[in-house]
Amino acid sequence: MNETRANAFEEVKSQIEPFNQKGVPITEETSFQDDLEWDSLTVMDFVAAVEDEFDIVITMNQQAEIETVGQLVDAVQELRA
Amino acid sequence: MTEPGNQPDDPGEQATVTSRNLFDKFEPLMQERNRLLDSGIRDPFAIVMDEVKSPTEAIIDGRNTILLGTYNYMGMTFDPDVIAAGKDALDRFGSGTTGSRVLNGTYCGHMEVEQALKEFYAMDHAMVFSTGYQANLGIISTLAGKGDYVILDADSHASIYDGCFLGNAETVRFRHNNVENLAKRLERLPREAGKLVVLEGVYSMLGDIAPLDEMIPLAKQHGAMVLVDEAHSMGFFGENGRGVAEAQGVIDQVDFIIGTFSKSVGTVGGFCVSNHAKTEFLRLVCRPYTFTASLPPSVVATAATSIRKLMHAGDKRAHLWENSKRLHKGLRDLGFRLATDEAESAILAVLLDDQEQAVRMWQALLEHGLYVNMARPPATPSGVYLLRCSLCAEHSSEQVDEILAMFEAAGRATGAIG
Repeated sequence: MNETRANAFEEVKSQIEPFNQKGVPITEETSFQDDLEWDSLTVMDFVAAVEDEFDIVITMNQQAEIETVGQLVDAVQELRA
Repeated sequence: MTEPGNQPDDPGEQATVTSRNLFDKFEPLMQERNRLLDSGIRDPFAIVMDEVKSPTEAIIDGRNTILLGTYNYMGMTFDPDVIAAGKDALDRFGSGTTGSRVLNGTYCGHMEVEQALKEFYAMDHAMVFSTGYQANLGIISTLAGKGDYVILDADSHASIYDGCFLGNAETVRFRHNNVENLAKRLERLPREAGKLVVLEGVYSMLGDIAPLDEMIPLAKQHGAMVLVDEAHSMGFFGENGRGVAEAQGVIDQVDFIIGTFSKSVGTVGGFCVSNHAKTEFLRLVCRPYTFTASLPPSVVATAATSIRKLMHAGDKRAHLWENSKRLHKGLRDLGFRLATDEAESAILAVLLDDQEQAVRMWQALLEHGLYVNMARPPATPSGVYLLRCSLCAEHSSEQVDEILAMFEAAGRATGAIG
């Protein structure tokens, strides 16, 4: 993992924390649905927070493809580029 | 092969290859529902009206019931002129068209109702669909295809979301009624991409209205087309009853208004009105318009008559607003929590603590003789359980008093109010 990627992971992780009420440990493989068990409303709030933090738009179509934290980090990096 | 006389109950058992049962995904919801019904509660989603006496009264479970959850805002369902027009059309044109609008399913009545809509909205083009759901589904999916963007409010109606999915557009949500949130998303989208901003005049779950006067100019500044769903405002918002966009003075900037015949108009059907001449071409490429049978002649006749009467319904309009304001204040004074500080529309949402309280309250009201809608997530925003009340211009002041008395009794019996 290069430095930029590691930074992006940390940034995404810090966005997850306020929504991580069960204190699930966050890794690249953590699944939003299976591990964090977020409902659709939490997902929506979280996406809005991520979008505003990184000044990007993650369409619902893209969201449907993102299951894990690692995939979100990839998407954020790509969208910021 | 199964033995003769030994047929399994479940047809799935005959399969030789074990694959995942397609019903399995509903298992958690089914279980939740069964737990609720096992507690002895009346199923809130299986109400049968045995008799309908007027726009505001029906017989449910053998009991006289005031209807406060029908969207029949203007009470047109039993209007004598509307009924006469429907009967006449039934006699003259038969019970159905058995065909698509683009083949054998356009009768003079369909042209007449489209003409009535053009006059009602003072717009050049009108396209009538078989339901309001299909109007949103059809227009959104046809306008916004792959590579185009639809920007929508997170609390949008299912038909709007489904229109996005059907068209395979890039779909971007903004926080409910949040102008700044919309602005940020519009700024971030590619300049050259085609964009459609979809808004609703009244949001049906909480009965709140959109700041269209801020959002529509913003969308236009970013080069987007604007579609406004005015399903819950037709007939009683704005000087001519054209909706929230008219009331807020921005209707001239709206590209497409979507509406329905199943609320204020009092029958069934959906429509799109627009000043864009190319809207006419959509008839040939809009699948939910083309690949379905058109509305029956009696339905378009009742709709046309009702729409023309709604142009001159000032008294009804005033009484509907009076009912909504009185009920809002009355419920507040009783100690109920309402979704909006004031009555913003003809929908009032009473917020409850949880599912159990909502269902018990709903059932207590029904037993007192009052029907309201129970709504739960995900149809409602932010995980709220609520009882949705929608008023009718035909509710008398005495009925509003009765409604308040029933809310008080049910609220005290269930502990929803102190």
